[in-house]
Amino acid sequence: MSLTLMIRRAGPGLTVQDQGRTGTLAFGLSRGGAADRLALYEGAALLGQSADLAALEMAGTGGTFVATGAVRIALTGAPMHAAIDGRPVAWNACHALPDGAELTIGAAKQGVYGYLHLAGGIAADPVLGARGTHLAAGIGAALKAGDALPLGPDAGGETGLSLPADDRFEGGTLRVLRGPQTGLFAQEELDRLEATTFTRDARGNRMGVRLAHEGAGFSSEAGLSVLSDIVVPGDVQIGGDGAPMILLAECQTTGGYPRIGTVLPADMPRAAQTPPGGKLRLRFIDREEALTAERSAAEARASLAARRTRLVRDPAEMRDLLSYDLISGVSDGSDPET
Amino acid sequence: METGATYPRIDWLGVDGLLVRFAERLSEPANRAALALRHAIERECWPGVEETSTALVSTFLRFDALGTDAAALRGKLTELLDSRDWTTADLPEGRRLWRVPAVFGTDLAPQLDEAAARAGLSPDAAINQIAGTRLRVQTIGFAPGQPYLGELPEAWDIPRQTDLTPRVPVGALCVAIRQMTLFSVSTPTGWRHVAQTALRLFRPDAETPFLLRPGDEVQFEPVPREAYDKLTAEGPDGGATPEPIG
Repeated sequence: MSLTLMIRRAGPGLTVQDQGRTGTLAFGLSRGGAADRLALYEGAALLGQSADLAALEMAGTGGTFVATGAVRIALTGAPMHAAIDGRPVAWNACHALPDGAELTIGAAKQGVYGYLHLAGGIAADPVLGARGTHLAAGIGAALKAGDALPLGPDAGGETGLSLPADDRFEGGTLRVLRGPQTGLFAQEELDRLEATTFTRDARGNRMGVRLAHEGAGFSSEAGLSVLSDIVVPGDVQIGGDGAPMILLAECQTTGGYPRIGTVLPADMPRAAQTPPGGKLRLRFIDREEALTAERSAAEARASLAARRTRLVRDPAEMRDLLSYDLISGVSDGSDPET
Repeated sequence: METGATYPRIDWLGVDGLLVRFAERLSEPANRAALALRHAIERECWPGVEETSTALVSTFLRFDALGTDAAALRGKLTELLDSRDWTTADLPEGRRLWRVPAVFGTDLAPQLDEAAARAGLSPDAAINQIAGTRLRVQTIGFAPGQPYLGELPEAWDIPRQTDLTPRVPVGALCVAIRQMTLFSVSTPTGWRHVAQTALRLFRPDAETPFLLRPGDEVQFEPVPREAYDKLTAEGPDGGATPEPIG
């Protein structure tokens, strides 16, 4: 029997997301997909399923959810307060959501985008080859209370596993490659960019995040009259006000503002997850270092399943300790999914 | 600084992209070259190439950064680029001329008078010039299915506004720097809104989700304000009709 996830309460930025679309760039449609793609791999590793399945992306805050049957879930990305029928559950972990139980997900404690993954994935009809909502293009829309999402079949697997916490939710340094328009900026401007500590501005969404800083804006005389050209996610665009903007998954496909460089894909989860007020630095690297970084990010994604550990419940949180069956649900190690 | 750069030129764009630029400024030959080179790259089917695209005078390819020898791919791209003069390439095949009804000015397109004044024209002369020009789709970009259309007579070399219009509706026809764009989504813009059409260029659920293709031509046909509701009711084509070119 196929299951449905019912949305009882929805935060303002609740969307279905996956790896996005390829092959539509030439038609003006950017790839889109999850703002923090690494979270898709984490959820897939926790549930033992493909990272191509669609999950729920929650910007800033989550919502209240109930499934029409028992379903395995995983929670990844920006850590948020989560509880099942009022009992707190761990983030960066997978859990059993019993039939009719209420999952509540509150505000982010760190970072921006939290993810709710469901075993079998969200099975909404694909549009142009993917299920991800593309708000800027008008593909799909933010979810609201009363919406219901069909779930795919769960191939089966464990619950009660967790992944180590990551540090991408509080800013840090983003590695940047020089691009076709970097030469429009004088070397002193590039040096100043690297020497500046930026604050992630409150202005930001799935299209991009603006960086604020003290002092003069960044400028390029030649950049004022640059012709519109190809834009890619990760591009650091210098707007009319001289403030850098890092373009994210849902950015436009062409643009006329000069781009000073491009953030590495491996650092894009950090760029997207840095909350307003978080501090960011930009550092130029060469292609060789970039490829090494991308390789190690790919290896880290591939090793996620091996880094899962069994979740140990804190007895202090278990108000009804005696009612717990402490044996069932714990794998004996012969589980074919592990 | 980039002064003195020679074209065409190849640059890395991000860790997984290569960008070929044919000119610093928009020109008809450079636009043809960008379209033709993309077509040729698609025909080559090089392993590792994941996606190609064009902008006004540039061609982009994205590849699998970890599964591809990027230097070898750049070598193949250089060889293809050097194999001919792309600026003399033919326009894409299967081009069409679209005739699109448009309401100029009125409450639907409030910046006609202002844009006409910038171009040194009366509103009527402005309408005649725009409607009298067959505009070519130079590229599709910015938003899904959205064309950059060119080129208008020289009088229309007017800058973008410094302050953005907070939102123009889908189907808005806007002008700047001798180009027009017909908005496929509702968005803020610095281009001036001179006419309104009922044409939907992006239809995510349709068999043909993107209506226009680079190389297509578009001619706008002025209709009175009263005709707009009827055009909207006609469906997503909004009274627009295509015919083959050539």
